[in-house]
Amino acid sequence: MRVGLFVTCLADMMRPSIGFAALQLLQRAGCEVVVPQTQTCCGQPGWNAGDKPAAGALAQKLIGEFADCDYVVLPSGSCAGMIKTHYAELLDDSPLWQSRAAALSARTYELSDFLVSVLKVATVPGQYRGCVTYHDACSGLRELGIKAQPRQLLGLLPGLRLAEMADCETCCGFGGAFSVKFGDISAKMADSKCEHVQQMVQQQGASAVVLGDLGCMLNIEGRLRACGDTNTAVLHWAEVLAGKQGVVTESMSEPEA
Amino acid sequence: MQIQSMHFKARAGAKLADQVLQQNLKTFKGKFVGARAAAVADFNTIGDWEAVRSAGAAIRQRTLQQLDVWIERFEAEATRRGATVLFAEDGAEAAQLLLQICQQHGVKKLVKSKSMVSEEASLNQVLSEAGVTPVETDLGEYILQIKDNEPPSHIIAPALHLNKDEVADLFERVHGTPRKTVIEDMTREAREQLRGHFLSADMGVSGGNFLVAETGSVAIVTNEGNGRMVTTLPPVHVAITGIEKVVPTLEDLSTLLRLLPRSATGQAISNYVSLLTGRRGAQDQDGPQHMYFILVDNGRTGLLGGDMQPMLQCIRCGACMNHCPVYQTVGGHAYGWVYPGPMGSVLTPAFQGLEQALDLPHAATLCGACSVACPVQIPLPDLLRRLRQQQTEAGLRPWRERLALRAWAWLALRPRLYAVITGLAMHALRTLRDRHQMIGHLPFVPGWRGGGPNHLARSMPAPRSAQRFLSRYQQLQHGQSRTSQ
Repeated sequence: MRVGLFVTCLADMMRPSIGFAALQLLQRAGCEVVVPQTQTCCGQPGWNAGDKPAAGALAQKLIGEFADCDYVVLPSGSCAGMIKTHYAELLDDSPLWQSRAAALSARTYELSDFLVSVLKVATVPGQYRGCVTYHDACSGLRELGIKAQPRQLLGLLPGLRLAEMADCETCCGFGGAFSVKFGDISAKMADSKCEHVQQMVQQQGASAVVLGDLGCMLNIEGRLRACGDTNTAVLHWAEVLAGKQGVVTESMSEPEA
Repeated sequence: MQIQSMHFKARAGAKLADQVLQQNLKTFKGKFVGARAAAVADFNTIGDWEAVRSAGAAIRQRTLQQLDVWIERFEAEATRRGATVLFAEDGAEAAQLLLQICQQHGVKKLVKSKSMVSEEASLNQVLSEAGVTPVETDLGEYILQIKDNEPPSHIIAPALHLNKDEVADLFERVHGTPRKTVIEDMTREAREQLRGHFLSADMGVSGGNFLVAETGSVAIVTNEGNGRMVTTLPPVHVAITGIEKVVPTLEDLSTLLRLLPRSATGQAISNYVSLLTGRRGAQDQDGPQHMYFILVDNGRTGLLGGDMQPMLQCIRCGACMNHCPVYQTVGGHAYGWVYPGPMGSVLTPAFQGLEQALDLPHAATLCGACSVACPVQIPLPDLLRRLRQQQTEAGLRPWRERLALRAWAWLALRPRLYAVITGLAMHALRTLRDRHQMIGHLPFVPGWRGGGPNHLARSMPAPRSAQRFLSRYQQLQHGQSRTSQ
């Protein structure tokens, strides 16, 4: 099974450990993982800003790069949602590209969904001792139905206890360009999210908030730290499953052979 | 109502700084959301909510496909039952039509039940200037009217931005009565104030939740009973509503009535559901001697057949704003026109013009909570995105934003250059990090920090590694496992 990993531009730059965690989880489950070196951005910034041509060119590039893969897997509900639910409309000027987009969409999965629904993963390499809370990122949740999958996977870690915070499905306020166009509103929304995280820290002894999208991660961690919380970890669930949490990291662990 | 939507950002900033409002919004936040969720769960024990949503959406879509036909049918049926049906091209014409009816019947005072379309028409202002006294009888609208005609901040709970103490102060000052703090006492006081108006008014003006084509009826959904008094006590009843509110049959109405109150307030049914058909007949004990409909276009036909047509499916329940995290954060007044929240961010530019509300389509995280809650499946995030496209195509976006997007796309299409530039950017960001791996002030992107009132600041986590994933991966692939710093 040839699986193309699209690591996403944000993970590539801001948090490479997520890419390696994804790689490890896929390889461990027996996938032949290919990582096209020319991959960059899925085009979502342009699409959401109303610049269809800019987004379309990037969509065509991505479709070409992953054409020979049986599956395309992304450690992000937002970017996976972009491909699965928006590419066909984005490329609707050309029937050829639209059909290529539809074909790729059908083979595209968010990582947790792929691990659970396709690979039916039953064991994971990581270890975690303690309590975490989970934030449901919007696009994954509402465009792709990512809700049970990451929780099921986290449930495979015997030492991990999940304490659900209030309003876990409420947007953290990131919203891509929204976070800089309306920084005050965005930060206030992040603040509400962080209040719920703090409740879990205080009431349940949670040591981390776990999630599945980079945008939310930057937003929530950014607000938590600005509030003076330097202890609560903000982790991608794939990092937790692969045992890469807390690797703050100059020494990136290597992918398994 | 004078549009202020172009000042969204400044207005939102002021709302963020308003501590009382922030507390009121916090109190409100979970209420409608929780009530709706409970009502939907309850409904699912006897039926299938999603199936009813689909049925509701289908009814609205089917009606809009032949809106002209159903409006004509409505007009014919209503006329046959003794009502007069008038059409207004815009809000100003609607107000003028109402004034003419007032003159014809010598109306000096009218009582009103809730109508958002009357806000589109600035009705109260026009009436007052012409010497006709309008009295709002919906409790929320009444509170706002005596509070110097403040505009509503929510389409079904207009005074949602106020708390009990603020209303207690207002009543004490305006009514000149001892201050009351028990809600039942305050409601009683408002009733006592309104009772005389109901009995002495020359006309009743209502909105209309739906118009039923096959019977020429208007359906009105209320919780306070004021709607019944407004439409039956005075000798003249005028229903003002949008042309898109028509539904073909009573059967269709019953489907939509299953959706509306559950989505709005979480009620299985509202306290009062009134179906008003024609003027008082010879056999009738009560009802108005004269009945008029003013059906307002005000931009609606412009949406037919275009990208924004799905917005005309809206049944004005308010679920989208109740579930919107941005609305929950800044409240309804920030949006600057009649309709706030996600539906308002679509309707305002659609009715008033793109350039009148440049910020609104962007003032959303596209989180999708609105479209999941919408009882008639309006794809609100898609419509907001479509409006963003229309702004871009019309050249209405700032050049810096256009340049940034184009530069990013240009770079991302050139992987080798992209690798170099993003590598340099990572390096630059890492030099700015503190010992907690955070960047306090992100250069070139001041908006990220937030700040504003109450020091709502936000840091930016620095890149966690010195190398991008892709370059590190490539290195490992080539067997060079040297860790670079």
